[in-house]
Formats: sequence, structure tokens, C-alpha cells
Amino acid sequence: MSTCIYIPADTLAIALGADEVAASIASIAKTRGLEIEIVRNGSRGLCWAEPLIEVETKSGRMAYGNIGQTDVDGLFEADFLNGGKHEKFLGLAQDITYLKNQQRFIFKTCGLYDPCDLAAYKAHGGFSGLHAALKVTPDKIIDEVEISGLRGRGGAAFPAAIKWRTVLGAKAAQKYIVCNADEGDSGTFADRLIMEGDPYRLIEGMVIAGLATGANAGVIYLRSEYPWAKTMLDKAIAIAKAANWLGNDIQGSGKSFNLSVFVGGGSYVCGEETALLESLEGRAGIVRSKPPLPALEGLYGQPTLIQNVITLCAVPDILTRGGAWHQALGTGRSTGTMCFQLAGDVKFGGLVEVPFGQTLRDILYEFGGGTRSGLPIKAVQIGGPLGAYLPPERFDTPLDYEAFGAIGAGIGHGGIVVFNENADMRKQAHFAFAFCAHESCGKCTPCRIGAVRGAELLAAETPDLGLVHDLCEVMVDGSACAMGSMTPIPVQSAIRHFPHDFNVRQRLAAE
Amino acid sequence: MTRWNETKSRALIEETQARGGALTSALRALTDTFGYIDPAAIPPLMQIFSRSRAEVLGVISYYDDFRDTPPGNHVVRLCQAESCQAVGARELTELVCAATGLKLGETSKDGKLTLEAVYCLGLCANGPAAQVDGKPLAELDENKLDAKLAALQI
Ligand SMILES: Cc1cc2nc3c(=O)[nH]c(=O)nc-3n(C[C@H](O)[C@H](O)[C@H](O)COP(=O)(O)O)c2cc1C
Ligand code: SF4
Ligand code: FES
Repeated sequence: MSTCIYIPADTLAIALGADEVAASIASIAKTRGLEIEIVRNGSRGLCWAEPLIEVETKSGRMAYGNIGQTDVDGLFEADFLNGGKHEKFLGLAQDITYLKNQQRFIFKTCGLYDPCDLAAYKAHGGFSGLHAALKVTPDKIIDEVEISGLRGRGGAAFPAAIKWRTVLGAKAAQKYIVCNADEGDSGTFADRLIMEGDPYRLIEGMVIAGLATGANAGVIYLRSEYPWAKTMLDKAIAIAKAANWLGNDIQGSGKSFNLSVFVGGGSYVCGEETALLESLEGRAGIVRSKPPLPALEGLYGQPTLIQNVITLCAVPDILTRGGAWHQALGTGRSTGTMCFQLAGDVKFGGLVEVPFGQTLRDILYEFGGGTRSGLPIKAVQIGGPLGAYLPPERFDTPLDYEAFGAIGAGIGHGGIVVFNENADMRKQAHFAFAFCAHESCGKCTPCRIGAVRGAELLAAETPDLGLVHDLCEVMVDGSACAMGSMTPIPVQSAIRHFPHDFNVRQRLAAE
Repeated sequence: MTRWNETKSRALIEETQARGGALTSALRALTDTFGYIDPAAIPPLMQIFSRSRAEVLGVISYYDDFRDTPPGNHVVRLCQAESCQAVGARELTELVCAATGLKLGETSKDGKLTLEAVYCLGLCANGPAAQVDGKPLAELDENKLDAKLAALQI
């Protein structure tokens, strides 16, 4: 009987040699006359263990972590085809502590099968949310989303149902669903993981959003830095269309939904929803003034629902299990799970999906295991380049939107970047300004010029921090979008929490 | 990459427009095919998308991905964003720049190598990360990157 071996084909696993491992395993098996079947699955998000290969045995899927080409001979010697012991043996995949301590629903099937295997997706409960949605009215779908308390995972945490209701209520011949897959924040890769590893979940979420709002066309705005995600999405869309989960008269329902992928041009600001629309329409990504809201006048002036990948991927289960089930997860107004991503100098980096409410410390140490370098943690930046730098004194803050808002920080898209004691926080603050100067769309003066001046100020021997704060105030008050108004967050949090890195003492002595 | 040619360029622009694609989609198609947007593609872009020269040039210059000169035979994009900074991307970049004599954004005189900055490749748990000719690399250090560059024979 042939043994099934799972070897992820995800950008990270490939970067770390998964293709070569797969080729070696295939060739050795052939030489030895062993019957095997290699499935290139998605990643389970255990980035610290990639390439993570799994062998289907009588007792379940046995995992071996950090497998390189040079390990392959040894794996055969250790009889890994029967789950044999080896120094890189991690036991039953599902029992790996890092996975076991999570509460996954958005990522529950990511990594279990070939991402484009439609039958496997269905066998794991796929499309049951869409089935449920097809049986009820648009209003009823939106009621469930409203009860669920689902808020946008792209950064702004806006309640999804409000936007859905607005688009549904808008009268227009054409409406659109736009999936924001620009994932520009450093430290984030949840969108990439799920697009590469479980693309039908996103497709299902988008079709449900279309049914709920009356939109029959969708676009995924994908960043160009994710070429593999493009390959997987294109393939999944073609298969879903052939199987009538996309296209006209979906599963005989009389409803239609067509979907395409648009690749961006390497601009961070194009993640901002109106800049994104400009980009889709063929122009430079310059932020639009609001109003009008995109929900009323979005793509080509038509009502448009814009949501992040993860927000849309949460939708199928909300329809299957009911909004109340989702609402019961998490804490307060932060309902459901958050897909955190541990990055930077962290020992066990990866995707951690847990209900809101755990402390930052739990995520950093219980999942992350501290730093990869072994040095103490100096700071973490949470929520991408516009997120705050926090010192260890703040690590006991519970991870929910309100608690983070209260300490002048945000959760954003869930990226947590760890810096060790060697980090120079002045360099990090300088980078925040420089990045803003590089990415600014130029529409408003405080952002366009402020960022340049800010970078200059922080490059000085002893920066004039009073002037930096004044500048930040102007940027916060006078910028049209979060690029300009939130760049002061990493800058000022770095100054507040790490004054020693800014030559403050020398400056005071000199005065 | 295909060598620039007028007929193919025009065909790509027309195809994009015919399937309802926008100017940005045409620029993407040209870039994916030729590696850059040749100045000779500007007039057909203006004509087919009914845009002024200033508009077309404005869109091209807005996006980091769209270049108006051919890249080197090999393109090395080094991640410069925070997660990679936290594990030594700045230092690694300095070494690569010193070794190649190029700054980020430059192409070598012999046209063999282009060095570029990229802001996040989604490999943030395993930095420093890079993309070499579109292929992802992670957990880089000086030796690993040197070996990679040596394999390209630059
Ligand atoms: C500068 C800037 C960059 C952004 N980048 C992204 C991004 O990469 N992905 C994303 O989903 N949202 C991004 N956003 C937020 C979007 O504007 C928008 O709020 C979001 O796509 C809405 O979807 P959601 O409600 O599901 O989060 C960005 C916002 C700003 C101001
Ligand atoms: S804040 Fe910056 S990025 Fe945002 S609209 Fe103004 S200039 Fe553009
Ligand atoms: S910050 Fe370098 S890959 Fe994300």
C-alpha cells in the first residue's frame, strides 16, 4: 500500500528547501522500490518547523520538523514511513503543543491537504457556509454576521455587518466585493498562508459576501510580493468555476458570482481601501477623500464592499455555526479569534489563532518561546509599521481592541514583531518616518513633508524631540489617512518607552 | 524575460484593454513580460487607454514595481522591513552592497545584477528574507546569500 507524505508547497517551505526535499524523498523511494504518494499541502503556519513534513500512518499524521535535503536518508533509515523515531520527530502533528494550544477555526483546515483539492476542502466541511447562505435571504445572512460581532481584520477593526448592510441597501446595477490582499504590514503573513494554503475558504467567504450584498463580481487585490499566492488563487478559481462554485447559476441557485485576481504594484498605501480602488481603476494609488464611502461609491463609482482576506475567511463558519457561536468567542467587543503572527527575533515564529483576550506575554512566551537569538526582548512592535513599540512593562495587556486602544496601541492585522536588546529604537523611529516618506501618496502636506522632516530630525546627533512631537501632532491632526496620522505612533511610542536611545540624557546635560 | 519588442508590447496592451483591464494591468503585463516598460510603449498606452502622457508617466513612476529601464539579468530583492531588521537585515544589506558595489535600487554596469529593496515578503518569522529572480529565500546569513550569488555567476 502506498504511504502518503505531506510536504508543504508554501512560499516559506519552498524558501527553506521543501521542493528539494520532495524531490529527494521521491527519488530515494523509487530506488528502494517503496510506494509513496507525495501531497504538496499548504502550511500549518508553524513557521519555526518548516519544512514540516508529515507521514500518514495507522496512528495518524506523524510530523518531522525542519527537514532539509540532508535529512532525507536518515528519515528512510529511521523508517519514517511508519512513523519511526528520528531526532526531528515531532510526534502526531495535531498534538504539537503549538497547535494544540490554539483555537483555530479560520485556519482549522489550512495545511491538511493540497490547497487546490476541492474534494478535500468539501470533505472537511467546505462550502457548508455557502450552502447555508443560499437557503436564506441577504438580510438573514447579514443578521448572522451582525450577531457574530465580526470586525475587520485588515487593521481598522470596523464592524463588518454595517458595511454589508450599506452595500445591500445601495441601489445599483453593479456592485462589487473587493478582497484586500495587499498585506503590506511587516510581521504579517496570515493572508499569504491562507491564500496559499486554503484558497477555497476565501472564495467561499467572497461568494457569501456577494449573496448578502447583491454583488455578482469580485476582485482580489493581491500584492505583487506574493507570486505563489497568485498561482494558487488562479488555480483554485479555475477549479471552483469548473465545479460551479463560481460563475453563473452557482449550484443551481440562480445566483452568480465571478472572481478575478489583480496584482498590485508594490505600494504600501495601496492597502488603504480608496487608494486600492484607484489602483484597480488604473491610476496612481492616491487616497480618495471620504465621503463618499466605498460602500456607496466604490469601484468605478459603484457600491463596493472591501474586506480583508481574514475577515472574509471568517464568514463561512459564521454561517455554518451561527453568529452567536462566534460572538461567544473572545472578549467584550473583540469577538472571535485573532490570527496573530509572531515574527522578528522570536524562537517559535508562526501563526497563532486564539480567541481575543490572552495577554501579549502569553503569546510571546508560551507560543513564541522568547527570542531566537536567546537575548532578552527589548520591544515588540504590534500592528505593522503604523503600530506601537511596546516595552516588556506592557506585555500583560490583554489582546483585545479596546485594551490596546487604551494604552495608545493597536492590534491591526495581528503582526507581532520581536526585537532583542540590541535594537536601537531611534533607528526604528527613524525608519517609521522614512517608510512614510517613501510610501506617502502625497495628497496631504503633513504626511508628504512631515515624514521627510521627521526622518531628518531623527538623523541628527541629538534630535530635537520637542520639534518631533510638534511635527507628530500636526501629522496626527492634519493627515487624510492612517499612513500620515498613525506614523507618529511608532515614533512617539519609541521615544516614550526608550528615551535612552534618543540621546535624551546627553541633550539635557548640554542644555 | 522576453526581449523588448514593439509588436508584442502593443499586443499585450491591446489584450489587456480588450478584456476590460485597467492601465495598471497593462503595466503589470509589460513588466512581467519584459522586466520593464520601454519608453516606446508610452504612446500606445496613451492611445489605447485614452490617457495623457503625464498621466501614464505619473502612474508608472508611482509604483515601485514599474521601471523604465531594463533590470539586470538577475534581480536580488532584499527585505528591508521591520521583522527582517530585527534579525539583522540592515547588516546583511550593507555586506551585499559592499560586495557588489551597488546601492539598493542600482543595476551593475555590466547589466548582470540589480539590487532592490522590498518591504516584506511575508516570510517575517524566518528573516532575513529575500527574493532572487522571483524565488523566495529565508533565514539568510552572509554565507547562504554569498553561495546564492555565486551560483548566479555574477
Ligand atoms: C496605509 C494603509 C495601509 C493599509 N493596508 C491594508 C492591507 O494591506 N490590508 C488590509 O486588509 N487593510 C489595509 N488597510 C485598511 C484598509 O483601508 C481597510 O480598512 C480594510 O481593507 C477594510 O477591510 P476589513 O474591514 O476587513 O479590515 C490599510 C490602511 C491604511 C491606511
Ligand atoms: S496621510 Fe499620507 S498617504 Fe494618507 S492621504 Fe495623506 S499623503 Fe496620502
Ligand atoms: S519583514 Fe522581511 S519578510 Fe516580512
